[in-house]
Amino acid sequence: MRKKLLATVVGTAAVLAASSMTSAQELNFDEYRQMLRDGNPAELFEMEGEELWVTARGPKNATLEQCDLGLGPGVVEGAAAQMPRYFADTDKVQDLESRLMTCMETLQGIDSKEIIDGRFRQGERGKVAAIVAYVTGQSHGHKINVDLSDPKVKDMYDLGEKAFFYRTGAMDFSCASCHSQDGLRIRATGLPNITTPEGAAEGWGSWPAYRVSNSQFWTMQHRLWDCFRQQRTAEPIFGSDVTIALSVYMAGKGNGGEAVWPGVKR
Amino acid sequence: MAGPMRIRAASADGVTEVRVLMSHPMETGQRRDSSGEPIPAHYITELTAKHGDKTVLTAYMGPSVSTNPYLAFKFQGGAAGDTVQVSWVDNKGESRTDEVQIR
Repeated sequence: MRKKLLATVVGTAAVLAASSMTSAQELNFDEYRQMLRDGNPAELFEMEGEELWVTARGPKNATLEQCDLGLGPGVVEGAAAQMPRYFADTDKVQDLESRLMTCMETLQGIDSKEIIDGRFRQGERGKVAAIVAYVTGQSHGHKINVDLSDPKVKDMYDLGEKAFFYRTGAMDFSCASCHSQDGLRIRATGLPNITTPEGAAEGWGSWPAYRVSNSQFWTMQHRLWDCFRQQRTAEPIFGSDVTIALSVYMAGKGNGGEAVWPGVKR
Repeated sequence: MAGPMRIRAASADGVTEVRVLMSHPMETGQRRDSSGEPIPAHYITELTAKHGDKTVLTAYMGPSVSTNPYLAFKFQGGAAGDTVQVSWVDNKGESRTDEVQIR
């Protein structure tokens, strides 16, 4: 009996050692990310997006230079850090991607339906992603600053909070199942606790990002879509209210944190 | 067609550091697509960097290098305003040349 007990104790010690090793490996990934910051391939998407911003395209053969991201037509620097926000012209709270769809439709005549029904990283939706890389890059180092005093934004925040805790799908998962405790991880990747300002800022402030493992650039819409897919539940429509509400919840909770856009991920 | 490279070059104390980010799929030829067909190899084979007319680096690359490769190197000499030109050729014969002024 005593021998058995001793074995259990040894077993526990081994598990503890293994878990501390994992956190050490995560720290190593931060180091790796630091190295990659210098050559983050997301910059290639930023360059493509900057080009798209000033290129006359679409049925109306116009550029996006008059696009109003909330700070006035054509103002890009710092605009992403204050999104999602309420836009009077559309009477909607919009995230960056849905706002870009509005600009592409009104200025360039590119039908939003093509983007909504499209596929990630392809066609016009792929172009939206490149523009997101450019626009978010112009808020790199800015503080996340979403205006929760706006009642329409606050409504979306509350809806986002509900969606965050709403359990659904074959596994009865909510966002909170993975993102409401400190120190959790999926495989070797740390999961931010989005119910805290630090965790929310870490999540919101590091997407869109280039993923080294698959050489793909993912926007927040893509990230959220994949969270739903991993929940094994209905996948959200691109730019739909639930995705914007969750974005407002994350961004608003993370207010004051630093945006390190575009990020780089494993 | 491959997109432009992102090149940065800065000189300090007579040494120029060049950092290059290339846009390239770097397909190994070992992978298959979703319908099971092999994806043909497509990777950069040779890269050349020039400072003015002088070649300062020649690199032979292969399929083991990642998608969208990043390369940093230093060479002796170079002053602010000089031109650094980087070119690559891939196994399909496609090529790309971009240049930047040293800061």
